[in-house]
Amino acid sequence: MPLNIDLQQILLHWMNLAILVGGLYFLLYKPVKQFMAKREEYYRSLDEQAAAKLSEAEKIKAEYQAKLDGADEEIRQSRTKAQQAVQKSAEDQLAQAQEQARQIVAHAQAEAEHSRERVLKESQRELRKLAAAATRKLAFQADPFDQFLDLAEGGAKYEDG
Amino acid sequence: MKQHKKGLALWIGAVLLLLAGALMAGTSGRTESVQEAMRDAVLHNINQVSLLGLRAVNPGLISAFVVTAFLLAAAACIRVFAIPRFQYIPGKFQLLVEEAVGLFDRMAKSNSPHRFGFLGAYIFAAGAYIFVGTLFELLGLQAVTVHGHPVTLPAPLSDVNAAIAMGTLSYLVILSGGIAGNGPKGVGKTLKEFSLPISMSFRLFGALLSGLLVTELVYYFVSLSFILPVVVGVLFTLLHALVQAYVLTMLTALFYGEVSEVTHKPGRKG
Repeated sequence: MPLNIDLQQILLHWMNLAILVGGLYFLLYKPVKQFMAKREEYYRSLDEQAAAKLSEAEKIKAEYQAKLDGADEEIRQSRTKAQQAVQKSAEDQLAQAQEQARQIVAHAQAEAEHSRERVLKESQRELRKLAAAATRKLAFQADPFDQFLDLAEGGAKYEDG
Repeated sequence: MKQHKKGLALWIGAVLLLLAGALMAGTSGRTESVQEAMRDAVLHNINQVSLLGLRAVNPGLISAFVVTAFLLAAAACIRVFAIPRFQYIPGKFQLLVEEAVGLFDRMAKSNSPHRFGFLGAYIFAAGAYIFVGTLFELLGLQAVTVHGHPVTLPAPLSDVNAAIAMGTLSYLVILSGGIAGNGPKGVGKTLKEFSLPISMSFRLFGALLSGLLVTELVYYFVSLSFILPVVVGVLFTLLHALVQAYVLTMLTALFYGEVSEVTHKPGRKG
């Protein structure tokens, strides 16, 4: 054959290459690829775990945010309720004070009326006493007509004075 | 400072001594002319090596076996000692191994996204074989020819038989991808690229042979054996190793992806 081409040697080279391809595949290529795939899987699972944890954290954050929003609403309602209670209490106290004032005024009016009536009765009694005393004097001291006149004059003087 | 000067003086002295020794020793009578050496580097029909006493073979075949044995031994060592200690946060060596595997895996996936399992394994092995096989010639391992002369084991792929084996095997791998993806139609698709095995084989052979010829030429003359081999031998060989490994694996992945892609008939419009 030209160029010293030898079929037997070509076949020997083929055999050599076949052994090399098979040997390198089983000894190096496959184990290294398996290791690389295993590492890739490990990091992928880590990534997935991190993503899951992140998602869970986001969910918890959303829940807490909702709770915070709820608490704000609750606080607002409580404040409104407290304001209403304070207003009601103030109104009650005002009404009570007004009632008390009204009672005081009524009591004072009743007492004043009572005093007036008492003073009136006392004056009437005084008048009656005076009238009785005058009658007595008229009847037992002098001419009743003169005494009467004297008393009458005396009364006029008393009114003028 | 004094120690540095002493070291420098010793180094220069050793270099000059070796140069003088090499020039004074001369050559021990050449057994072949430069023409014969170059011709044998291409054809390997004179300096053949005995394969376990069975038959005389090209030294490239011995190189191929040595490279395969070295690669498999290294892979076994890595499998036994390194892979069980791999960490999720890789060290430097682990990173290197993972990058070597990942590089060919990504190449297979990007060029043949629908079918890449076997392709990745094949181009990984082919890339490692071409790269290490090309660097192998730097070692300058010696073998004894059937005539009793010493011969330096060349890069396996500088042997035309090895290059043809590599090219045709790659073509068969592409063909297998075509059959797996498209059945008999895949065979047709692959056979359309009938020039592929020839171009793959001879591209590899030509590229590796050119490096070998230049190195042979340089080492044939003692006066050229200083300084120049650093550039010609090491740098060119490294470049060769990278480029050839990349080209063959890339072409294989590209054509594999092309022929194994499932073709769909356009549906009838009704």
